[in-house]
Amino acid sequence: MQDLGIKVLLEGNNLWRLLDGLWVTVRISLLAVAISIVLGILLGMVMTLKNPVTKVLTRVYLEFIRIMPQLVLLFLVYFGAAKAFNIHISGELSAVIVFTLWGTAEMGDLVRGALISIPKHQYDSSAALGLSGLQIYRYIIIPQTLRRLIPLAINLVTRMIKTTSLIVLIGVVEVLKVGQQIIEASRYTAPSAALWIYGTVFFLYFIVCFPISKLAGTLEKRWQN
Amino acid sequence: MDWNFIAEYMPMYIQAAWTTLALAFWGILLSLIIGLFCSLTLYFKIPVLKRVTTVYVELSRNTPLLVQLFFLYFGLPKIGILISSQSCAIIGLAFLGGSYMSEALRSGLESVEKGQVEAAQSIGLSQSQITRHVILPQAVSVSVPPLCANVIFLIKETSVFSVVALADLMYVAKDLIGLYYKTDEALLLLVLSYLAILLPVSIAASILERRLRYAGFGN
Repeated sequence: MQDLGIKVLLEGNNLWRLLDGLWVTVRISLLAVAISIVLGILLGMVMTLKNPVTKVLTRVYLEFIRIMPQLVLLFLVYFGAAKAFNIHISGELSAVIVFTLWGTAEMGDLVRGALISIPKHQYDSSAALGLSGLQIYRYIIIPQTLRRLIPLAINLVTRMIKTTSLIVLIGVVEVLKVGQQIIEASRYTAPSAALWIYGTVFFLYFIVCFPISKLAGTLEKRWQN
Repeated sequence: MDWNFIAEYMPMYIQAAWTTLALAFWGILLSLIIGLFCSLTLYFKIPVLKRVTTVYVELSRNTPLLVQLFFLYFGLPKIGILISSQSCAIIGLAFLGGSYMSEALRSGLESVEKGQVEAAQSIGLSQSQITRHVILPQAVSVSVPPLCANVIFLIKETSVFSVVALADLMYVAKDLIGLYYKTDEALLLLVLSYLAILLPVSIAASILERRLRYAGFGN
């Protein structure tokens, strides 16, 4: 470490630029998360229907999204849609579309799992106690569903933030891209900058995701049974 | 759709798919070994190792493979540690996968209730019999679904290997799009390749899960 590449981080507004880049990733994930939660809840409810048509359709959607790597989906939307329909979708918009499609599928499956995990006798015994349909949902079903759902949904958020790092590969200027720019710019003044910059990016992701997954873990423990 | 183009470049994809599979195989094998080791240190609460494992698991679970690979491939050479792209890919996958495997195995071990061990002792089974006939079958049947999910997850994660200059499926597809602008054909082959790899794995996983589903205690 002859040249102390760490000083690159503190030079000018480099650290701010990195944080700005990180914000691009986080903003895209949060937007996708917000839409996914709404659509996912709807999808989850649709998935519990006994209708064979919706069953097959949602199943195929879920399996396809599950099996394809997110990067492939990004390529499909970013390059494929541009070519097929002759429209240009920006990298950021492609990212929001792909992560919403993926998030909705995952969230839908979580909601479905939470809904069917409520044993039938919970409905029966609350009915036996004389609760009305609305009361059963309000006091018995929804609280139990949420307890199962919230930790898993929070975990999904960290997975989405992590996976959104892929958008650098379709040309979105986010934290990694900014990092590369800084490394390029300081190529001669600080040859070891890559170590420090990529190390910093690594920890930036950790700092964002760790508290969120910790929260999920804590809630899961507290709400067991 | 240009079928000649597809026929011509199919072999490139097949070769790239083998590259991906070979690296995924070694990465997953290593991550299983790391995961087994970590889950045992956590389960038996081995003093110092437990701390180290916890730090490792949190670091690896909360950072993207892409960033890990960038650090390994572009960062480490600056302090004299040169790693080939293949090794980077395997190390990165094992580093990421180890923590996921560890959690899956640990959840299996912890799901076996104390009462089961006590009941087994009371009917006179030896420690090794308890481990073999009571703990392991139940732990494995709980661990298999998340382990399978992790295998699929890790194979999907290999799609970022192209950033360390590996000629994997994404790399080939991107190359063809850039060179010939045959976007539809390149993407079709890409999707088919991943389906060909992951669909059988996913089907095998669900068969395995059904086979290993033991009746649990009290449900």
